[in-house]
Amino acid sequence: MTVNPGATQRRAGDASARSHAGREEHRKRAKQREQHHEKQKHGKHHKRRRKHKPHKHVRRVVAEPRGTLPIPLPSAPASPPAPSPVPVESLGAPISLAQARRLLWRAGFGPAHEPGPAPGQAEALVGQPLQQVVYGLTRPAGAATLIGPGPVNDEGNALAPYDVWGDDHCWWLDRMVRSDQQLVERMTFIWHDWFANSNEKVNSQRMMLEQNELFRSMALGSFHDLFMAVTGNPAMLVFLDGIYNDKNEPNENYAREMMELFSLGADRGAYTEDDVREMARTLTGWTAEWSEEGLREFEFDTARHDKHEKTVFGQTGNWDWEDAVRLCVTHPLHASFFVTKLWGYFIPSPPDEATLASLQGLYVSSGYSIRAVVEAILQHPDFYEGPELVTPPVVYNAGLLRAIGRPIDTTAWAWLSAGAGQQLFYPPNVSGWDFSSWLDTSTTKARWEIASYVTDETYANPWPGEGEPQYSETEEPPAALASAMTYWGSPLLSSESEQCIVDFAQTCLPGELAEWQQSPYRALRQNALRMLIATSPDMQVS
Amino acid sequence: MAKSCSCNDFNRAQLLRHGIAQAGRGLPSIEPGMPLPAGTGLDRRTFLLRSAGAALSVYGASMLSPRHFEEGIAEAAAASPKQPVLVSIFMEGGWDALSVLAPVGEDKMYEELRPKLALEAKAALENGSGKIFTEDEKLMWHPAAKGLAELHGEGKVTVFPAVGYDPPDESHFTSRHYWEVGELETNTRSGWMGRYLDIAGDPGNPLQGLSLDYSLAPALATTKMPVAAVSSPAGYKMWANGLDEPLTAPAMRTFGELGALGAPSPAYAQARGASLDTSIVLNEMAAFVAAQEKATYKPAVPYPTAGGEFPERLAALAEMLGAGLPIKCASLTAVGSYDTHSDEANTLSTNLGQTVESVVAFQRDLEARGELADRVVIQLWSEFGRRPQENGSGTDHGAAGVAFLIGKPVTGKMVGEFPGLAKLDENENLVNTSDFRAMYSALLEQWFKTEAGLIIPGAGTFGGVPKLIA
Repeated sequence: MTVNPGATQRRAGDASARSHAGREEHRKRAKQREQHHEKQKHGKHHKRRRKHKPHKHVRRVVAEPRGTLPIPLPSAPASPPAPSPVPVESLGAPISLAQARRLLWRAGFGPAHEPGPAPGQAEALVGQPLQQVVYGLTRPAGAATLIGPGPVNDEGNALAPYDVWGDDHCWWLDRMVRSDQQLVERMTFIWHDWFANSNEKVNSQRMMLEQNELFRSMALGSFHDLFMAVTGNPAMLVFLDGIYNDKNEPNENYAREMMELFSLGADRGAYTEDDVREMARTLTGWTAEWSEEGLREFEFDTARHDKHEKTVFGQTGNWDWEDAVRLCVTHPLHASFFVTKLWGYFIPSPPDEATLASLQGLYVSSGYSIRAVVEAILQHPDFYEGPELVTPPVVYNAGLLRAIGRPIDTTAWAWLSAGAGQQLFYPPNVSGWDFSSWLDTSTTKARWEIASYVTDETYANPWPGEGEPQYSETEEPPAALASAMTYWGSPLLSSESEQCIVDFAQTCLPGELAEWQQSPYRALRQNALRMLIATSPDMQVS
Repeated sequence: MAKSCSCNDFNRAQLLRHGIAQAGRGLPSIEPGMPLPAGTGLDRRTFLLRSAGAALSVYGASMLSPRHFEEGIAEAAAASPKQPVLVSIFMEGGWDALSVLAPVGEDKMYEELRPKLALEAKAALENGSGKIFTEDEKLMWHPAAKGLAELHGEGKVTVFPAVGYDPPDESHFTSRHYWEVGELETNTRSGWMGRYLDIAGDPGNPLQGLSLDYSLAPALATTKMPVAAVSSPAGYKMWANGLDEPLTAPAMRTFGELGALGAPSPAYAQARGASLDTSIVLNEMAAFVAAQEKATYKPAVPYPTAGGEFPERLAALAEMLGAGLPIKCASLTAVGSYDTHSDEANTLSTNLGQTVESVVAFQRDLEARGELADRVVIQLWSEFGRRPQENGSGTDHGAAGVAFLIGKPVTGKMVGEFPGLAKLDENENLVNTSDFRAMYSALLEQWFKTEAGLIIPGAGTFGGVPKLIA
């Protein structure tokens, strides 16, 4: 998250002005939507939604001047409340369809759906107790199962994730699409952004994938343990120059970022420039050897470590790298940083004071348990009733594939996703991707391209060859829209957007079609509808 | 607003309101059902959009003939034939000012601070790869920046040898943010160029603020006007499997209309705004893209082949400006990362060389196009300079850094002086002798002819406004 302008812009002050007026409004709207969707649920397979008549719930919102400001995301305040033992507020009701979809998009990679009209993963969760649904994500048993055919490249061969450019991206995308432990993959994805290393500098897909496995295996454990493992991780030691940090020539790269980006945050008064320099000395000693296959034998060499006293955060001792991590994690401003940053990956509005206090209490009392905090966030009312979150490009891509049940059978996703602003293993810098401004005129065009590629094998062919099936010659607009919605697993669109697409379906074909146009033009319409649904603003948010 | 109407009319009205509200001119009194004026030759939508004065169009690219586009572009160009352009180039990571303009004249201190990284002046000056900076002979241009030395000799480079702000912040992200928003304020979200466009921009022209990149530059973020990001100008068009005429145009129109609907949250607003702006940029770019497809464009001067997309984007930018596309501010990221904590000598030399060669080619390209060179100023900036004391094979974060303004319009006179290495700040970093906000203020006043105080808080209080434009 970590914006390029810094963690800095996501201060409570910025967002809280919005949140009071905003929150009530959002609750109201969420409720309206909920009622709207509940009604539809009782209709026969969404039929009512597709009738072309004015909708009761159309919000006649006059478009505001929008500009292109980044979205303010939560950031920890400089003076957070003290940790509180009061339990975090929980929504506590059985889960609705809209809530299930939001959960599957934000805590995973979208609802899975087999081709055809059968109900998808979200529908199957409706009515279950929220806690049970959340625990289903946060407490998986055993190893993950990858469902469906394994990934192959465009020639049908197995991927070479250690060796071929883009195969690393597609290898992980495949796990996102097929893993039955969706939250574990989503957390792995979060840690990749939190501890953002790029292969641009690491220059070893193997090292990046080993780090990826570290993130996965520790995804929901103790943050203290994870931070410790990351500090001695080879990719990190290369990326932030830990292996060049020698007692005679301390290198500040990791020291600064471990405080600013990984554990405490900038501009909160959590540390000084002297702390950066002393922390660099504390971390001295890591080393590696060059070999023909690149860097190897990463280890802590006491001969390179500065064994003199250091003073960090006002505490003096003969600290080493393990102390460095401990000093950060036990710093009074760490818990608020951690829970707010983690919250921001799931909920765009900042936690209120009481929630922030309770989340900190939970985090510290649970021994820095990531799982405990994630479970609280995923059950919090703000998750379900608060404003929408923009779906990251890789999640969007994985979600469209899951919606139509398509496995990884091309490696085009690597460059397509790069175009949309996110190539896995290549975050733009150590602060990770900028979650505050995913969508602009370049990335939106790229998402259109992703959606089009997703339809590669399954779009309606307007001009079929001899013996190939021909598209319907008689399909009416409501059936056309129903078919396009089913294609994507019946996503939820806002009523305004739906109305706009309904109108397109009704009016896009010429009034009179010649005999030869009947089928081809209906196929064109079907493809257009699918593209409009998949690229609609509604499908970019959850 | 009318209670109910067909979806198209509803959307049309929405669009208009969007455009007009952006223009700050209040809501239009145009409602569905109004008769079309006879004899204009325009269809209803076009009339409505044009009559609104918002120049707002959501047609798919193929909806209009190329003639329409050319007219549109000609209109935009004719409206401001002398429109000044700023091309802002970011050297990401904090470039090492003491290597770009190396203080070789402070030999003893320089070599003490840089036992491994100090440039070898004697050899470089003898073999001609190093050039002395003529405005302060203690400084030598990095051999990889010799193209800048040449342009400086022609009076086309204004050097800020130690630019920064007080108190300096050594975080990449905080410091970069300050430069992007034009003030020392962590909460500000609009960019300094974005705020200029909010005042001087056009609600129907996203290209006025153009990031030639995969995403929008924060310095261009606006509060109300549209701006654009285009990663590869020649390829800016959209197609889809099994989507063809006669359905392309109505589909693309609906794509844009979806972007003009109301938004209940910031995320929705971003998604909708991006769709609407994308559909407009497709129109703005259509003639250019079509022309690029017909003839492979050959720049008047050769651009370097190394440096990836950076030289390609600069070449495309020159071509876009030459074609009259209505660009006011453009933003690019230079080649590579300048965050050289290790292996600085190699990394900096490669990235700096490729960046400078590309920039010089761009300047020569503009000059080959005649008057265009009089309309463009290029800015090279970075979030900070690096620590004078090296750390072995690299340097850590520092404070004051170096910046350049390049082009025929600039004075070519140094702003502030090199402060020397004898007196560093409390964190042992270079002290600044000019403030980036003074640079911005001067550009706004002298180049864009805009009151700087409207855009840069406290403009004029940062050591005065230097004369930057000849």
